[in-house]
Amino acid sequence: MNSETKPTEIRPKGSARRQFLADSARMACGVGLLGLGVGLYARNATALPPAALRPPGALPESEFSAACIRCGMCVRDCPFNMLMLAKPEDPMPTGTPYFVARQAPCEMCEHIPCVKACPTNALDHSLTDITKAKMGLAVLVDQETCLNYLGLRCDICYRVCPLLDKAITLDPQTNARTGVHTLFIPVVHSNACTGCGLCEKACPTEIAAIKVFPLYMAKGQLSAHYRLGWVEKEKAGGSLVTPDVEHQYHMPEGLKYEYGKGLSKVPPSEAAPGAVPPAPTSPAVRAFQGDKL
Amino acid sequence: MSALPHKIGAEAIAEKGWLLAHKWLLLRRASQIAILLFFLVGPWFGLWIVKGNLNYSYTLGVLPLTDPYLLLQMLVTGQSPERLAWIGVALVIAFYLLVGGRAYCSWVCPVNLVTDFANWLRARLGLKGGAHLSRRTRYWILGMTLVVAAVTGTIAWEMVNPVSMLHRGLFFGIGFAWAVILVVFLFDLFVMRHGWCGHLCPVGAFYSLIGKVSLLRVKLPAREACNDCMDCFAVCPEQQVIRPALKAINGAPPVILEENCTNCGRCIDVCSKDVFRFGTRFGASAPGVPGTVLPVPK
Repeated sequence: MNSETKPTEIRPKGSARRQFLADSARMACGVGLLGLGVGLYARNATALPPAALRPPGALPESEFSAACIRCGMCVRDCPFNMLMLAKPEDPMPTGTPYFVARQAPCEMCEHIPCVKACPTNALDHSLTDITKAKMGLAVLVDQETCLNYLGLRCDICYRVCPLLDKAITLDPQTNARTGVHTLFIPVVHSNACTGCGLCEKACPTEIAAIKVFPLYMAKGQLSAHYRLGWVEKEKAGGSLVTPDVEHQYHMPEGLKYEYGKGLSKVPPSEAAPGAVPPAPTSPAVRAFQGDKL
Repeated sequence: MSALPHKIGAEAIAEKGWLLAHKWLLLRRASQIAILLFFLVGPWFGLWIVKGNLNYSYTLGVLPLTDPYLLLQMLVTGQSPERLAWIGVALVIAFYLLVGGRAYCSWVCPVNLVTDFANWLRARLGLKGGAHLSRRTRYWILGMTLVVAAVTGTIAWEMVNPVSMLHRGLFFGIGFAWAVILVVFLFDLFVMRHGWCGHLCPVGAFYSLIGKVSLLRVKLPAREACNDCMDCFAVCPEQQVIRPALKAINGAPPVILEENCTNCGRCIDVCSKDVFRFGTRFGASAPGVPGTVLPVPK
Protein backbone atom coordinates (compact mmCIF):
# COMPACT_ATOMS: atom_id res chain seq x y z
CA MET A 1 0.00 0.00 0.00
CA ASN A 2 2.87 2.31 0.60
CA SER A 3 5.26 2.94 -2.24
CA GLU A 4 8.00 3.88 0.18
CA THR A 5 7.95 0.74 2.20
CA LYS A 6 6.63 -2.04 0.01
CA PRO A 7 8.41 -2.54 -3.31
CA THR A 8 6.14 -4.32 -5.73
CA GLU A 9 8.59 -5.56 -8.35
CA ILE A 10 9.16 -8.92 -6.70
CA ARG A 11 5.48 -9.79 -6.67
CA PRO A 12 3.94 -11.96 -9.38
CA LYS A 13 1.89 -10.29 -12.07
CA GLY A 14 -1.65 -9.35 -10.97
CA SER A 15 -0.69 -9.17 -7.35
CA ALA A 16 -0.08 -5.42 -7.59
CA ARG A 17 -3.59 -4.82 -8.80
CA ARG A 18 -5.07 -7.00 -6.09
CA GLN A 19 -3.00 -5.13 -3.56
CA PHE A 20 -4.15 -1.82 -4.97
CA LEU A 21 -7.81 -2.79 -4.77
CA ALA A 22 -7.42 -4.13 -1.26
CA ASP A 23 -5.63 -0.97 -0.15
CA SER A 24 -8.27 1.22 -1.76
CA ALA A 25 -11.05 -0.68 -0.05
CA ARG A 26 -9.30 -0.41 3.28
CA MET A 27 -8.72 3.29 2.77
CA ALA A 28 -12.31 3.92 1.69
CA CYS A 29 -13.64 2.12 4.75
CA GLY A 30 -11.28 3.83 7.19
CA VAL A 31 -11.78 7.30 5.84
CA GLY A 32 -15.47 6.60 5.36
CA LEU A 33 -15.80 5.80 9.04
CA LEU A 34 -14.02 9.01 9.91
CA GLY A 35 -16.36 10.86 7.56
CA LEU A 36 -19.39 9.26 9.16
CA GLY A 37 -18.20 10.42 12.57
CA VAL A 38 -17.53 13.94 11.36
CA GLY A 39 -20.85 14.09 9.53
CA LEU A 40 -22.90 12.87 12.48
CA TYR A 41 -21.09 15.23 14.81
CA ALA A 42 -21.74 18.12 12.44
CA ARG A 43 -25.40 17.23 12.10
CA ASN A 44 -25.86 17.02 15.85
CA ALA A 45 -24.25 20.37 16.44
CA THR A 46 -26.42 22.37 14.05
CA ALA A 47 -29.16 23.01 16.59
CA LEU A 48 -28.34 26.18 18.44
CA PRO A 49 -28.74 26.11 22.22
CA PRO A 50 -31.52 28.44 23.41
CA ALA A 51 -29.24 30.93 25.17
CA ALA A 52 -27.04 31.46 22.10
CA LEU A 53 -28.18 34.06 19.60
CA ARG A 54 -26.72 34.72 16.16
CA PRO A 55 -25.64 38.21 15.03
CA PRO A 56 -28.13 40.37 13.07
CA GLY A 57 -29.06 39.11 9.63
CA ALA A 58 -27.93 35.54 10.30
CA LEU A 59 -29.39 33.03 7.88
CA PRO A 60 -31.58 30.25 9.28
CA GLU A 61 -29.42 27.87 11.28
CA SER A 62 -29.31 25.10 8.67
CA GLU A 63 -27.91 27.50 6.07
CA PHE A 64 -25.81 29.48 8.50
CA SER A 65 -23.50 26.60 9.35
CA ALA A 66 -22.82 26.19 5.63
CA ALA A 67 -22.38 29.86 4.76
CA CYS A 68 -20.32 30.93 7.77
CA ILE A 69 -16.59 30.45 7.18
CA ARG A 70 -15.68 30.97 10.85
CA CYS A 71 -13.39 33.92 10.18
CA GLY A 72 -14.54 36.08 13.09
CA MET A 73 -14.75 39.29 11.07
CA CYS A 74 -18.13 40.08 12.64
CA VAL A 75 -16.58 39.63 16.08
CA ARG A 76 -13.78 42.02 15.20
CA ASP A 77 -15.99 44.73 13.75
CA CYS A 78 -18.54 44.73 16.56
CA PRO A 79 -17.86 48.02 18.39
CA PHE A 80 -19.34 46.61 21.60
CA ASN A 81 -17.28 43.44 21.50
CA MET A 82 -20.25 41.33 22.45
CA LEU A 83 -19.90 38.58 19.86
CA MET A 84 -17.96 35.38 20.54
CA LEU A 85 -16.77 32.50 18.37
CA ALA A 86 -17.88 29.07 19.50
CA LYS A 87 -15.11 26.97 20.99
CA PRO A 88 -14.85 23.25 20.25
CA GLU A 89 -16.57 22.36 23.52
CA ASP A 90 -19.52 24.69 22.93
CA PRO A 91 -22.70 22.95 21.74
CA MET A 92 -22.74 24.63 18.34
CA PRO A 93 -20.58 24.58 15.23
CA THR A 94 -16.98 25.39 16.19
CA GLY A 95 -15.88 28.87 15.23
CA THR A 96 -19.31 30.30 14.48
CA PRO A 97 -20.32 33.63 16.06
CA TYR A 98 -22.94 34.01 18.76
CA PHE A 99 -23.87 36.15 21.72
CA VAL A 100 -25.59 35.58 25.04
CA ALA A 101 -28.10 38.34 25.71
CA ARG A 102 -27.87 38.21 29.50
CA GLN A 103 -24.08 38.71 29.29
CA ALA A 104 -23.92 41.26 26.49
CA PRO A 105 -26.82 42.08 24.19
CA CYS A 106 -26.73 43.48 20.66
CA GLU A 107 -26.69 47.27 20.82
CA MET A 108 -28.30 47.54 17.40
CA CYS A 109 -25.76 49.76 15.60
CA GLU A 110 -27.43 51.78 12.92
CA HIS A 111 -24.85 50.82 10.29
CA ILE A 112 -24.68 47.13 11.27
CA PRO A 113 -20.86 46.74 10.99
CA CYS A 114 -20.97 43.01 11.74
CA VAL A 115 -23.08 42.32 8.67
CA LYS A 116 -20.87 44.52 6.51
CA ALA A 117 -17.76 42.68 7.71
CA CYS A 118 -19.13 39.25 6.78
CA PRO A 119 -17.32 37.99 3.67
CA THR A 120 -20.09 35.55 2.89
CA ASN A 121 -23.82 35.87 3.06
CA ALA A 122 -24.00 34.08 6.41
CA LEU A 123 -25.03 37.48 7.76
CA ASP A 124 -27.46 38.53 5.09
CA HIS A 125 -26.15 41.68 3.40
CA SER A 126 -29.66 42.66 2.35
CA LEU A 127 -30.28 43.62 5.98
CA THR A 128 -29.68 47.38 5.97
CA ASP A 129 -32.21 48.44 8.61
CA ILE A 130 -31.26 47.08 12.02
CA THR A 131 -34.84 47.41 13.24
CA LYS A 132 -35.73 44.68 10.73
CA ALA A 133 -33.28 42.25 12.33
CA LYS A 134 -34.66 39.02 13.77
CA MET A 135 -31.99 37.67 16.09
CA GLY A 136 -34.62 36.10 18.28
CA LEU A 137 -37.76 37.05 20.11
CA ALA A 138 -38.11 38.34 23.65
CA VAL A 139 -40.54 36.32 25.74
CA LEU A 140 -41.74 37.23 29.22
CA VAL A 141 -41.14 33.72 30.43
CA ASP A 142 -41.78 34.11 34.14
CA GLN A 143 -44.95 35.87 35.19
CA GLU A 144 -44.34 34.80 38.78
CA THR A 145 -41.18 36.86 39.16
CA CYS A 146 -41.74 39.72 36.71
CA LEU A 147 -41.97 42.79 38.93
CA ASN A 148 -44.66 44.37 36.80
CA TYR A 149 -46.76 41.26 37.15
CA LEU A 150 -46.31 41.59 40.90
CA GLY A 151 -47.81 45.05 40.70
CA LEU A 152 -44.64 47.17 40.71
CA ARG A 153 -43.82 49.81 38.15
CA CYS A 154 -40.45 48.32 37.21
CA ASP A 155 -40.96 48.91 33.49
CA ILE A 156 -37.22 48.49 32.83
CA CYS A 157 -37.58 46.14 29.86
CA TYR A 158 -40.09 48.52 28.39
CA ARG A 159 -37.80 51.52 28.92
CA VAL A 160 -34.56 50.02 27.58
CA CYS A 161 -36.17 48.62 24.47
CA PRO A 162 -34.67 50.36 21.41
CA LEU A 163 -38.07 50.14 19.77
CA LEU A 164 -39.94 51.79 22.63
CA ASP A 165 -43.69 51.24 22.52
CA LYS A 166 -43.34 49.09 19.43
CA ALA A 167 -41.56 45.92 20.48
CA ILE A 168 -42.73 46.06 24.09
CA THR A 169 -45.89 47.81 25.27
CA LEU A 170 -47.35 48.06 28.75
CA ASP A 171 -50.90 46.83 28.74
CA PRO A 172 -53.02 47.87 31.74
CA GLN A 173 -54.90 45.16 33.53
CA THR A 174 -56.84 45.12 36.75
CA ASN A 175 -54.87 44.02 39.78
CA ALA A 176 -57.22 41.34 41.02
CA ARG A 177 -55.28 41.01 44.29
CA THR A 178 -55.87 44.55 45.49
CA GLY A 179 -58.95 45.18 43.42
CA VAL A 180 -58.08 48.85 43.02
CA HIS A 181 -54.66 48.99 41.36
CA THR A 182 -53.52 48.46 37.82
CA LEU A 183 -50.93 45.99 36.56
CA PHE A 184 -48.84 47.26 33.68
CA ILE A 185 -48.10 44.07 31.83
CA PRO A 186 -45.14 44.12 29.42
CA VAL A 187 -46.30 42.61 26.14
CA VAL A 188 -43.77 41.77 23.41
CA HIS A 189 -44.85 42.26 19.83
CA SER A 190 -43.12 39.85 17.50
CA ASN A 191 -43.55 42.02 14.44
CA ALA A 192 -41.26 44.67 15.97
CA CYS A 193 -38.96 42.80 18.38
CA THR A 194 -35.46 42.28 16.92
CA GLY A 195 -34.26 39.94 19.65
CA CYS A 196 -31.42 42.28 20.58
CA GLY A 197 -31.63 41.18 24.19
CA LEU A 198 -31.36 44.59 25.88
CA CYS A 199 -34.49 43.76 27.90
CA GLU A 200 -33.06 40.45 29.08
CA LYS A 201 -29.78 42.12 30.00
CA ALA A 202 -31.57 44.89 31.90
CA CYS A 203 -34.11 42.78 33.78
CA PRO A 204 -33.28 43.50 37.45
CA THR A 205 -34.35 40.18 38.90
CA GLU A 206 -31.77 37.58 39.88
CA ILE A 207 -32.59 35.54 36.82
CA ALA A 208 -34.22 37.44 33.98
CA ALA A 209 -37.99 37.14 33.80
CA ILE A 210 -37.87 38.22 30.16
CA LYS A 211 -35.59 36.22 27.89
CA VAL A 212 -34.73 36.23 24.23
CA PHE A 213 -35.10 32.89 22.50
CA PRO A 214 -34.37 31.86 18.94
CA LEU A 215 -37.47 32.44 16.82
CA TYR A 216 -38.11 28.75 16.30
CA MET A 217 -38.51 28.35 20.06
CA ALA A 218 -40.31 31.56 20.84
CA LYS A 219 -42.88 31.85 18.10
CA GLY A 220 -45.99 29.84 17.51
CA GLN A 221 -47.87 29.68 14.25
CA LEU A 222 -51.55 29.39 13.46
CA SER A 223 -52.65 26.71 11.06
CA ALA A 224 -52.70 27.98 7.51
CA HIS A 225 -56.49 27.75 7.20
CA TYR A 226 -57.18 29.88 10.26
CA ARG A 227 -58.84 33.24 9.63
CA LEU A 228 -59.50 35.99 12.12
CA GLY A 229 -63.17 36.73 11.76
CA TRP A 230 -62.93 40.38 12.70
CA VAL A 231 -60.08 40.95 10.26
CA GLU A 232 -61.90 39.25 7.43
CA LYS A 233 -64.99 41.22 8.25
CA GLU A 234 -63.05 44.45 8.19
CA LYS A 235 -61.62 43.52 4.81
CA ALA A 236 -64.97 42.52 3.37
CA GLY A 237 -66.76 45.51 4.84
CA GLY A 238 -69.41 43.34 6.45
CA SER A 239 -70.19 39.98 7.92
CA LEU A 240 -69.20 37.07 5.76
CA VAL A 241 -71.53 34.50 7.25
CA THR A 242 -74.86 35.94 8.31
CA PRO A 243 -76.13 39.45 7.71
CA ASP A 244 -75.52 41.87 10.53
CA VAL A 245 -78.50 42.20 12.77
CA GLU A 246 -78.65 44.93 15.31
CA HIS A 247 -78.87 43.46 18.73
CA GLN A 248 -82.14 43.98 20.34
CA TYR A 249 -82.63 44.21 24.04
CA HIS A 250 -85.86 43.02 25.43
CA MET A 251 -86.59 45.58 28.07
CA PRO A 252 -89.57 46.24 30.23
CA GLU A 253 -91.82 48.67 28.59
CA GLY A 254 -90.73 52.29 28.85
CA LEU A 255 -87.10 51.42 29.53
CA LYS A 256 -84.13 51.25 27.22
CA TYR A 257 -80.55 50.10 27.62
CA GLU A 258 -77.54 51.87 26.18
CA TYR A 259 -74.02 50.59 26.34
CA GLY A 260 -72.07 52.62 28.83
CA LYS A 261 -75.10 54.41 30.11
CA GLY A 262 -77.23 51.64 31.42
CA LEU A 263 -80.96 51.69 31.77
CA SER A 264 -82.91 54.81 31.06
CA LYS A 265 -86.47 55.75 30.47
CA VAL A 266 -87.62 56.02 26.93
CA PRO A 267 -88.68 59.55 26.13
CA PRO A 268 -92.37 59.66 25.28
CA SER A 269 -91.58 60.68 21.69
CA GLU A 270 -89.68 57.43 21.00
CA ALA A 271 -91.98 55.23 22.99
CA ALA A 272 -93.49 52.66 20.74
CA PRO A 273 -94.03 48.93 21.17
CA GLY A 274 -91.00 46.90 20.00
CA ALA A 275 -88.88 49.96 19.50
CA VAL A 276 -85.17 49.30 18.97
CA PRO A 277 -82.52 51.31 20.73
CA PRO A 278 -80.72 53.85 18.55
CA ALA A 279 -78.00 52.29 16.39
CA PRO A 280 -74.50 53.01 17.66
CA THR A 281 -72.58 55.31 15.41
CA SER A 282 -68.95 54.31 15.35
CA PRO A 283 -67.73 50.80 14.42
CA ALA A 284 -65.70 50.68 17.60
CA VAL A 285 -68.73 51.15 19.75
CA ARG A 286 -70.58 48.62 17.69
CA ALA A 287 -67.80 46.13 18.18
CA PHE A 288 -67.99 46.54 21.93
CA GLN A 289 -71.60 45.57 21.86
CA GLY A 290 -70.52 42.11 20.96
CA ASP A 291 -73.21 41.69 18.37
CA LYS A 292 -70.93 41.00 15.45
CA LEU A 293 -69.80 37.49 16.04
CA MET B 1 17.90 6.68 7.45
CA SER B 2 16.99 6.15 11.06
CA ALA B 3 20.38 4.55 11.70
CA LEU B 4 22.42 7.56 10.65
CA PRO B 5 25.56 7.70 12.70
CA HIS B 6 25.86 11.46 12.61
CA LYS B 7 23.68 14.46 13.39
CA ILE B 8 21.68 15.64 10.42
CA GLY B 9 23.31 18.66 8.83
CA ALA B 10 26.57 18.34 10.78
CA GLU B 11 28.59 18.43 7.59
CA ALA B 12 26.70 21.44 6.32
CA ILE B 13 27.33 23.30 9.58
CA ALA B 14 31.02 22.45 9.37
CA GLU B 15 31.12 23.53 5.74
CA LYS B 16 28.93 26.64 5.72
CA GLY B 17 28.64 27.67 9.34
CA TRP B 18 25.61 27.32 11.60
CA LEU B 19 23.77 30.34 10.31
CA LEU B 20 23.90 29.42 6.63
CA ALA B 21 23.07 25.82 7.47
CA HIS B 22 19.88 27.07 9.14
CA LYS B 23 19.09 29.95 6.82
CA TRP B 24 15.79 28.72 5.43
CA LEU B 25 14.70 27.22 8.72
CA LEU B 26 15.22 30.56 10.45
CA LEU B 27 13.45 32.47 7.68
CA ARG B 28 10.60 30.02 7.83
CA ARG B 29 10.21 30.34 11.59
CA ALA B 30 10.39 34.11 11.21
CA SER B 31 7.60 33.95 8.66
CA GLN B 32 5.40 31.71 10.80
CA ILE B 33 5.90 33.81 13.90
CA ALA B 34 5.52 37.11 12.07
CA ILE B 35 2.19 36.01 10.66
CA LEU B 36 1.01 35.00 14.11
CA LEU B 37 2.19 38.34 15.50
CA PHE B 38 0.36 40.27 12.79
CA PHE B 39 -2.82 38.58 13.93
CA LEU B 40 -1.98 38.95 17.62
CA VAL B 41 -1.17 42.66 17.85
CA GLY B 42 -4.84 43.37 17.13
CA PRO B 43 -6.38 41.59 20.10
CA TRP B 44 -3.36 42.30 22.32
CA PHE B 45 -2.63 45.95 21.63
CA GLY B 46 -5.60 47.11 19.60
CA LEU B 47 -3.33 47.52 16.60
CA TRP B 48 -5.42 46.14 13.80
CA ILE B 49 -3.07 45.21 10.98
CA VAL B 50 -5.13 42.20 10.09
CA LYS B 51 -8.54 40.99 11.20
CA GLY B 52 -10.00 37.53 10.94
CA ASN B 53 -8.00 34.32 10.75
CA LEU B 54 -6.55 31.95 8.18
CA ASN B 55 -10.02 31.06 6.94
CA TYR B 56 -10.57 34.63 5.84
CA SER B 57 -8.65 37.72 6.78
CA TYR B 58 -8.73 41.38 5.89
CA THR B 59 -5.45 43.26 6.07
CA LEU B 60 -5.27 47.02 6.58
CA GLY B 61 -8.76 47.39 5.19
CA VAL B 62 -7.60 46.63 1.64
CA LEU B 63 -6.36 43.06 1.31
CA PRO B 64 -8.87 40.21 1.60
CA LEU B 65 -7.45 36.67 1.75
CA THR B 66 -9.66 33.59 1.66
CA ASP B 67 -8.75 29.96 2.19
CA PRO B 68 -9.63 28.24 -1.11
CA TYR B 69 -10.21 24.82 0.48
CA LEU B 70 -12.71 26.30 2.90
CA LEU B 71 -14.44 28.18 0.12
CA LEU B 72 -14.68 24.97 -1.89
CA GLN B 73 -16.36 23.20 1.04
CA MET B 74 -18.76 26.09 1.31
CA LEU B 75 -19.56 25.96 -2.41
CA VAL B 76 -20.41 22.26 -2.31
CA THR B 77 -22.96 22.96 0.43
CA GLY B 78 -24.67 25.28 -2.03
CA GLN B 79 -23.73 28.59 -0.43
CA SER B 80 -21.69 31.29 -2.11
CA PRO B 81 -19.58 34.12 -0.71
CA GLU B 82 -19.58 37.86 -1.22
CA ARG B 83 -17.28 39.77 -3.56
CA LEU B 84 -14.39 40.34 -1.12
CA ALA B 85 -14.13 36.65 -0.39
CA TRP B 86 -13.96 35.89 -4.12
CA ILE B 87 -11.17 38.43 -4.53
CA GLY B 88 -9.45 36.93 -1.52
CA VAL B 89 -9.53 33.42 -2.90
CA ALA B 90 -8.18 34.58 -6.27
CA LEU B 91 -5.28 36.33 -4.53
CA VAL B 92 -4.45 33.31 -2.39
CA ILE B 93 -4.52 30.89 -5.31
CA ALA B 94 -2.40 33.26 -7.42
CA PHE B 95 0.09 33.68 -4.57
CA TYR B 96 0.55 29.96 -3.99
CA LEU B 97 0.77 29.34 -7.72
CA LEU B 98 3.88 31.50 -7.52
CA VAL B 99 5.52 30.38 -4.27
CA GLY B 100 4.46 26.72 -4.25
CA GLY B 101 1.19 25.23 -3.09
CA ARG B 102 2.34 23.70 0.14
CA ALA B 103 4.49 26.68 1.00
CA TYR B 104 1.34 27.39 3.03
CA CYS B 105 2.17 24.38 5.18
CA SER B 106 5.77 25.24 5.95
CA TRP B 107 5.68 29.05 5.95
CA VAL B 108 2.22 29.97 7.24
CA CYS B 109 0.35 27.17 9.00
CA PRO B 110 0.64 27.33 12.81
CA VAL B 111 0.25 23.55 13.15
CA ASN B 112 3.63 23.19 11.44
CA LEU B 113 5.24 24.66 14.54
CA VAL B 114 3.56 21.95 16.60
CA THR B 115 4.36 19.03 14.30
CA ASP B 116 7.92 20.21 13.65
CA PHE B 117 8.41 20.32 17.40
CA ALA B 118 6.98 16.82 17.71
CA ASN B 119 9.34 15.64 14.99
CA TRP B 120 12.34 17.31 16.62
CA LEU B 121 11.45 15.74 19.96
CA ARG B 122 10.96 12.37 18.27
CA ALA B 123 14.51 12.59 16.94
CA ARG B 124 15.91 13.80 20.26
CA LEU B 125 14.22 10.99 22.16
CA GLY B 126 15.33 8.50 19.53
CA LEU B 127 11.77 7.28 18.95
CA LYS B 128 11.76 4.96 15.97
CA GLY B 129 9.12 3.30 13.88
CA GLY B 130 5.42 3.64 14.46
CA ALA B 131 2.28 3.20 12.41
CA HIS B 132 2.37 3.15 8.62
CA LEU B 133 -0.16 4.80 6.43
CA SER B 134 -0.13 5.78 2.79
CA ARG B 135 0.68 9.40 2.13
CA ARG B 136 -2.29 9.37 -0.18
CA THR B 137 -4.61 9.08 2.82
CA ARG B 138 -4.83 12.87 2.88
CA TYR B 139 -6.47 12.88 -0.54
CA TRP B 140 -9.06 10.41 0.63
CA ILE B 141 -9.73 12.64 3.62
CA LEU B 142 -9.87 15.68 1.35
CA GLY B 143 -12.48 13.94 -0.79
CA MET B 144 -14.34 12.76 2.28
CA THR B 145 -14.61 16.30 3.71
CA LEU B 146 -16.16 17.51 0.47
CA VAL B 147 -18.63 14.61 0.38
CA VAL B 148 -19.59 15.17 4.01
CA ALA B 149 -20.04 18.90 3.37
CA ALA B 150 -22.32 18.16 0.43
CA VAL B 151 -24.32 15.51 2.29
CA THR B 152 -24.76 17.33 5.59
CA GLY B 153 -25.07 20.80 4.07
CA THR B 154 -22.60 22.19 6.60
CA ILE B 155 -18.88 22.84 6.51
CA ALA B 156 -18.48 19.76 8.66
CA TRP B 157 -14.68 19.53 8.62
CA GLU B 158 -14.45 22.91 10.30
CA MET B 159 -15.95 21.32 13.39
CA VAL B 160 -12.77 19.31 13.90
CA ASN B 161 -10.09 20.90 11.69
CA PRO B 162 -7.02 21.35 13.96
CA VAL B 163 -5.48 23.91 11.57
CA SER B 164 -8.21 26.52 11.81
CA MET B 165 -9.00 25.50 15.39
CA LEU B 166 -5.48 26.41 16.50
CA HIS B 167 -5.18 29.59 14.50
CA ARG B 168 -8.62 30.85 15.46
CA GLY B 169 -8.12 29.74 19.04
CA LEU B 170 -4.99 31.85 19.41
CA PHE B 171 -6.89 35.04 18.63
CA PHE B 172 -10.46 34.33 19.66
CA GLY B 173 -10.05 32.10 22.70
CA ILE B 174 -8.77 28.56 22.42
CA GLY B 175 -11.16 26.63 24.66
CA PHE B 176 -10.56 22.93 24.40
CA ALA B 177 -8.85 23.27 21.03
CA TRP B 178 -5.59 22.83 22.93
CA ALA B 179 -6.59 19.22 23.51
CA VAL B 180 -7.06 18.69 19.78
CA ILE B 181 -3.64 20.20 19.12
CA LEU B 182 -2.15 18.02 21.85
CA VAL B 183 -3.60 14.97 20.12
CA VAL B 184 -1.93 16.02 16.85
CA PHE B 185 1.35 16.58 18.70
CA LEU B 186 1.26 13.22 20.47
CA PHE B 187 0.19 11.46 17.29
CA ASP B 188 3.22 12.86 15.46
CA LEU B 189 5.50 12.17 18.39
CA PHE B 190 4.56 8.61 19.27
CA VAL B 191 2.34 7.15 16.57
CA MET B 192 3.56 8.29 13.18
CA ARG B 193 6.49 10.37 11.96
CA HIS B 194 5.16 13.37 10.03
CA GLY B 195 1.77 11.80 10.67
CA TRP B 196 -0.55 14.79 10.53
CA CYS B 197 1.08 17.11 7.99
CA GLY B 198 2.58 14.37 5.88
CA HIS B 199 -0.24 11.85 5.75
CA LEU B 200 -3.61 13.11 6.98
CA CYS B 201 -4.17 16.85 6.73
CA PRO B 202 -6.68 17.68 3.95
CA VAL B 203 -5.70 21.35 4.02
CA GLY B 204 -2.17 20.43 2.95
CA ALA B 205 -3.62 17.97 0.44
CA PHE B 206 -5.63 20.77 -1.10
CA TYR B 207 -2.65 23.09 -1.32
CA SER B 208 -0.65 20.28 -2.93
CA LEU B 209 -3.11 20.43 -5.82
CA ILE B 210 -1.97 24.00 -6.41
CA GLY B 211 1.57 22.71 -5.96
CA LYS B 212 1.19 20.49 -9.02
CA VAL B 213 1.68 23.51 -11.26
CA SER B 214 3.22 26.15 -9.01
CA LEU B 215 6.27 28.12 -10.09
CA LEU B 216 8.80 28.26 -7.25
CA ARG B 217 10.66 24.97 -6.85
CA VAL B 218 13.66 23.46 -5.19
CA LYS B 219 16.13 22.80 -7.97
CA LEU B 220 19.18 20.59 -7.97
CA PRO B 221 21.62 22.32 -10.29
CA ALA B 222 24.51 20.41 -8.75
CA ARG B 223 22.98 17.00 -8.27
CA GLU B 224 26.17 15.37 -9.59
CA ALA B 225 27.92 16.70 -6.47
CA CYS B 226 25.69 14.62 -4.17
CA ASN B 227 27.76 12.45 -1.88
CA ASP B 228 24.81 10.35 -0.71
CA CYS B 229 25.04 11.56 2.87
CA MET B 230 21.23 11.24 3.06
CA ASP B 231 20.86 14.38 5.15
CA CYS B 232 18.33 15.93 2.78
CA PHE B 233 16.29 12.75 2.87
CA ALA B 234 16.45 12.60 6.63
CA VAL B 235 15.41 16.18 7.14
CA CYS B 236 12.67 16.30 4.49
CA PRO B 237 9.10 16.11 5.80
CA GLU B 238 7.95 14.64 2.45
CA GLN B 239 10.82 12.30 1.78
CA GLN B 240 9.34 10.81 -1.37
CA VAL B 241 9.74 14.08 -3.26
CA ILE B 242 13.54 14.23 -3.39
CA ARG B 243 14.69 10.96 -4.87
CA PRO B 244 13.31 11.25 -8.43
CA ALA B 245 14.95 14.62 -8.98
CA LEU B 246 18.16 13.82 -7.12
CA LYS B 247 18.77 10.43 -8.71
CA ALA B 248 17.30 11.30 -12.12
CA ILE B 249 14.80 8.46 -11.87
CA ASN B 250 13.38 7.85 -15.35
CA GLY B 251 15.33 10.83 -16.61
CA ALA B 252 13.64 13.27 -14.22
CA PRO B 253 14.96 16.83 -14.52
CA PRO B 254 16.96 18.27 -11.62
CA VAL B 255 13.98 20.03 -10.10
CA ILE B 256 11.56 18.80 -7.46
CA LEU B 257 8.22 18.83 -9.24
CA GLU B 258 6.37 16.62 -6.81
CA GLU B 259 3.28 18.44 -5.55
CA ASN B 260 3.85 17.67 -1.90
CA CYS B 261 7.19 19.44 -1.61
CA THR B 262 6.47 22.19 0.92
CA ASN B 263 9.30 24.47 -0.21
CA CYS B 264 10.55 24.52 3.35
CA GLY B 265 14.14 24.70 2.11
CA ARG B 266 15.58 22.43 4.80
CA CYS B 267 17.28 20.29 2.13
CA ILE B 268 19.08 23.42 0.92
CA ASP B 269 20.21 24.13 4.47
CA VAL B 270 21.51 20.69 5.36
CA CYS B 271 23.33 19.95 2.11
CA SER B 272 27.06 20.47 2.53
CA LYS B 273 27.56 20.16 -1.23
CA ASP B 274 25.07 22.90 -2.14
CA VAL B 275 23.16 20.58 -4.42
CA PHE B 276 19.90 22.42 -3.87
CA ARG B 277 18.68 25.96 -4.40
CA PHE B 278 15.37 27.69 -5.01
CA GLY B 279 14.42 28.45 -8.61
CA THR B 280 11.53 28.24 -11.01
CA ARG B 281 10.14 25.03 -12.38
CA PHE B 282 11.39 26.02 -15.84
CA GLY B 283 14.82 25.84 -17.40
CA ALA B 284 15.95 22.65 -15.76
CA SER B 285 18.55 21.11 -18.09
CA ALA B 286 17.33 17.59 -18.46
CA PRO B 287 15.51 15.43 -20.96
CA GLY B 288 11.82 16.04 -21.27
CA VAL B 289 9.85 19.19 -21.90
CA PRO B 290 10.72 21.83 -19.31
CA GLY B 291 7.96 22.43 -16.86
CA THR B 292 6.12 19.19 -17.36
CA VAL B 293 5.73 16.67 -14.61
CA LEU B 294 7.36 13.44 -15.61
CA PRO B 295 5.72 10.23 -14.48
CA VAL B 296 7.45 8.98 -11.41
CA PRO B 297 7.37 5.23 -10.88
CA LYS B 298 5.85 4.11 -7.66
